[in-house]
Amino acid sequence: MAAGLATWLPFARAAAVGWLPLAQQPLPPAPGVKTSRGDEVLVVNVSGRRFETWKNTLDRYPDTLLGSSEKEFFYDADSGEYFFDRDPDMFRHVLNFYRTGRLHCPRQECIQAFDEELAFYGLVPELVGDCCLEEYRDRKKENAERLAEDEEAEQAGDGPALPAGSSLRQRLWRAFENPHTSTAALVFYYVTGFFIAVSVIANVVETIPCRGAARRSSREQPCGERFPQAFFCMDTACVLIFTGEYLLRLFAAPSRCRFLRSVMSLIDVVAILPYYIGLLVPKNDDVSGAFVTLRVFRVFRIFKFSRHSQGLRILGYTLKSCASELGFLLFSLTMAIIIFATVMFYAEKGTNKTNFTSIPAAFWYTIVTMTTLGYGDMVPSTIAGKIFGSICSLSGVLVIALPVPVIVSNFSRIYHQNQRADKRRAQQKVRLARIRLAKSGTTNAFLQYKQNGGLEDSSSGEEQALCVRTRSAFEQQHHHLLHCLEKTTCHEFTDELTFSQALGAVSPGGRTSRSTSVSSQPMGHGSLLSSCCPRRAKRRAIRLANSTASVSRGSMQELDMLAGLRRSPAPQSRSSLNAKPHDSLDLNCDSRDFVAAIISIPTPPANTPDESQPSSPGGGSRAGSTLRNSSLGTPCLFPETVKISSL
Amino acid sequence: MRCCLVKWILSSTAPQGSDSSDGELELSAVRHQPEGLDQLQAQTKFTKKELQSLYRGFKNECPTGLVDEDTFKLIYAQFFPQGDATTYAHFLFNAFDADGNGAIHFEDFVVGLSILLRGTVHEKLKWAFNLYDINKDGYITKEEMLAIMKSIYDMMGRHTYPILREDTPAEHVERFFQKMDRNQDGVVTIEEFLETCQKDENIMSSMQLFENVI
Repeated sequence: MAAGLATWLPFARAAAVGWLPLAQQPLPPAPGVKTSRGDEVLVVNVSGRRFETWKNTLDRYPDTLLGSSEKEFFYDADSGEYFFDRDPDMFRHVLNFYRTGRLHCPRQECIQAFDEELAFYGLVPELVGDCCLEEYRDRKKENAERLAEDEEAEQAGDGPALPAGSSLRQRLWRAFENPHTSTAALVFYYVTGFFIAVSVIANVVETIPCRGAARRSSREQPCGERFPQAFFCMDTACVLIFTGEYLLRLFAAPSRCRFLRSVMSLIDVVAILPYYIGLLVPKNDDVSGAFVTLRVFRVFRIFKFSRHSQGLRILGYTLKSCASELGFLLFSLTMAIIIFATVMFYAEKGTNKTNFTSIPAAFWYTIVTMTTLGYGDMVPSTIAGKIFGSICSLSGVLVIALPVPVIVSNFSRIYHQNQRADKRRAQQKVRLARIRLAKSGTTNAFLQYKQNGGLEDSSSGEEQALCVRTRSAFEQQHHHLLHCLEKTTCHEFTDELTFSQALGAVSPGGRTSRSTSVSSQPMGHGSLLSSCCPRRAKRRAIRLANSTASVSRGSMQELDMLAGLRRSPAPQSRSSLNAKPHDSLDLNCDSRDFVAAIISIPTPPANTPDESQPSSPGGGSRAGSTLRNSSLGTPCLFPETVKISSL
Repeated sequence: MRCCLVKWILSSTAPQGSDSSDGELELSAVRHQPEGLDQLQAQTKFTKKELQSLYRGFKNECPTGLVDEDTFKLIYAQFFPQGDATTYAHFLFNAFDADGNGAIHFEDFVVGLSILLRGTVHEKLKWAFNLYDINKDGYITKEEMLAIMKSIYDMMGRHTYPILREDTPAEHVERFFQKMDRNQDGVVTIEEFLETCQKDENIMSSMQLFENVI
């Protein structure tokens, strides 16, 4: 209910004159809102600073402190003003909310203080306008995190607070994940790091040709073949340590399946597997060729360093998130390579003894040229080839040099954006939920107002006053407007549940009736005429039936009916306040079978005023609170509470 | 020559939207000030205080003093969250926009309200006729009525009881024409409309409904 709506409501209501000639039923009387005594100026004194505003401005939000009668508690009769002993600077924002409908968050004030003021004046933090919402949430989260960190630091300072009954597994896992927790874990961390380094260096060194002591051998051997035992021992030691570490991690992992699938464990496995395969494979010549290839995988041990280095992990993550950009670069490069390779091939086709034997062979030339490497192993000899070759190298500069800085800047941008995008998505959900809530709140308020029988023309004035007293003037008038629309079109607003139930009841052609009572004419598909009179009688009949069911707790059948009816007619008009005993239960045309079944119970309704009263104010007060979050639960709550009060 | 090439490249990729942004600037600079309070008081049947409070609300909502059709549709839609009020709002907008310039300013607003709230029954009926007569030619045809009726039923939304069918608006239009169209010539003139409405008790009695809106 924004400020804007209150201004435009009289306009919308006046425009309802346009429905008058079309209405097939008489329109309901307008709510007796006491004519405004003219707008008056209120003075609000907040710690000495006087704010003056129209009373109407404050009345726009009736469920806040200033908009409701709660402010009367702060009224000072001597000075004729409302005195609040609060921060005047913050009050400025609160008052502006009433004026403009948007709550802004002050930049230079503490978020905590702002929250407290909002809580005092009855404003929900969700009311913060979109312009300030993101910042408000950021600051709040920052605050909360800082407080949480302080708490954690306090706790951690007391000592390594391990839960008392932690098993060996949990302690082990904690040691693995957080090497700084205990000395042993730290030692282990450094030892594994050392051995990874040793293993990698050994892999590198064993391929260096070393000059043996005996210079007689003409062929230089790589070190690995000169000292096979030494390297083999080192390799074994490293692999043993890595295997031990892997098995320990596997044992300590809280969720073994997840651990097995994680990237780090895969790297571990790939790092140690070649060794074992090498052990198992016999030393044949033909197989050992394949075995040699496996040794390449030993280089993956270097990736084990990523457990020791935070930066490497971040790099891996950003590469993953930049995959689309990299993919695009690759794609455009491939396109360019294919184009230029084709062109070069056909340009150089004529020459004999040319290197450009096929298009794939020209790929190498194109790549080397585009990346401005220019090895010179393949050069064009024809003039056309040289021209295209130069175009190729020029475009290579563009194609490669341009995206690379873009990707580099993408790294940082995407990283920050990822964080912000998650935040925004969460806020978007909240925003949409707010809008949906406001919408459904208005509709639900009206539907519940109808449930309370507030639309009954011939109700006793007292009881109606009881139902509707808790609604604001705005709501009364808005509901009257919606009611007028209903009368004009001879259709009623319902909620989704009833609507889908009604749909369900229509298509199979009605449920099987459980009694052999007065069943009307057979219902056809076309008999759902919107004829007004039988509908009204049927509504009263359902209401009647509910009251009878509530009085006579007899047969299971009735209770079943009630259970079945609990959902569907509940939104229509459940309260039996004003059912007159002498209503003619005349169901001519479209009756539903379950209704007919209930009408067969001829007990007169015993509606007592005190039975009716508990249900209505509860419903009425709920109709009034549309801004509060509690209204979220209202549609669900209402049938339950009603059931309790009636049974 | 290279700078010419560069300029050509830049100009060809320059944003083409510069015209529209100028147009936007123009629109936002347009403001409307209403006539004086005394003149408005003479034209309408509101008291000075009522006019003041109306204008305060209006100015708060539309600082430029004009309501264009989209804003109007948005506002009106908020009153009928279950259905789609845009078509009816369009018709209403045209009914209020007396000079047809695409925007409602305060005088239109207040003159319209004056007729609806403080006018005689005759004036109100004439206003309603003007609303239904979409092309303002003095006759309500069945197509116009059908359009109006459909837009009203659209406002109800999907979830109604009893369920809205496809031909409900058409049936309603038929009933309306049967009632109103005396000489059965397929159109309703203002005289027929006034005559029939004045004979209908329901309509007459509900005319007083909205008088205490302000």
